[in-house]
Amino acid sequence: MAPVVPRSGDAIFANVERVNSELFTLTYGAIVRQLLTDLEEVEEVNKQLDQMGYNIGIRLIDEFLAKSNVTRCVDFRETAEVIAKVGFKMFLGVTASVTNWDAEGTCCSLILDDNPLVDFVELPDTCQGLYYCNILSGVVRGALEMVSMKTEITWIRDMLRGDDAFELQVKLLKQVPEEYPYKDDE
Amino acid sequence: MAAIYSLYIINKSGGLIFYKDYGLAGRMDTNDSLRLASLWHSMHAISQQLSPISGCSGIELLEADTFDLHCFQSLTGTKFFVVSEPGTQHMEHLLKHIYELYTDYVLKNPFYEMEMPIRCELFDINLSQAIQKDRVAYLGR
Repeated sequence: MAPVVPRSGDAIFANVERVNSELFTLTYGAIVRQLLTDLEEVEEVNKQLDQMGYNIGIRLIDEFLAKSNVTRCVDFRETAEVIAKVGFKMFLGVTASVTNWDAEGTCCSLILDDNPLVDFVELPDTCQGLYYCNILSGVVRGALEMVSMKTEITWIRDMLRGDDAFELQVKLLKQVPEEYPYKDDE
Repeated sequence: MAAIYSLYIINKSGGLIFYKDYGLAGRMDTNDSLRLASLWHSMHAISQQLSPISGCSGIELLEADTFDLHCFQSLTGTKFFVVSEPGTQHMEHLLKHIYELYTDYVLKNPFYEMEMPIRCELFDINLSQAIQKDRVAYLGR
């Protein structure tokens, strides 16, 4: 059988079923509003969004792997590029750029210039401290955890808070490959 | 004449989450199928350790006198394997397709609990269609 070639983000995005982006934006907005009503505390809402994102991420990763045919990434640099160029494109329709690598190559930033979640959104004064797009940080964290990478994801820049772009810092804490209990008795 | 005898899906801890029998011998006893799945999980893991080449991702094909066993492991650790007639072609392709059906009809079902046995009707229906198509393709040769 011919080796399967990884597909580009554009190619996959063109082939998957898509939904009206306004429906997507409105649905997400409704979720955030409801969480704010139910939980009242902005910090709680941030946590819930992250948890929801995590639950999405752990399922999304298999679809990503199945549809994109990516092979195992050689290092974390490749992982970040794949997330930014293929992953984001496939699921959000926008690509991100990867910058701000640290010396060890374990920490970088994903910059989103365009973010469909925040179309038409303005944060009121009562919601200062809310990370509106926190679901995204959960999604990336959940997805990477299922491929044995424990990460810490934080928002560095947020356009809804007045910054000029969305910057998501992805920090690789450790690789945790599956442990098999087949060690010889010592 | 069925080219595929059975299909198994194992979660990352080695537990059997799906088993479908297509052969003429009838469905295996549940306990036996669980045992077989965890046995395969162990063998697959051991093969990675035994490999003289580092970075081995485990057994992909096991050829025996009366059957072939094709195995596909996703990067998330879920294993899909089929027991088929010796010499059956294109099983890797079928396994990849089943992986896609799994990501669509199992993982996207919000009521499906991760790592638990699969009880998703849509998955069963689409899987049957995929297997039927494959059988027809085989008979056509």
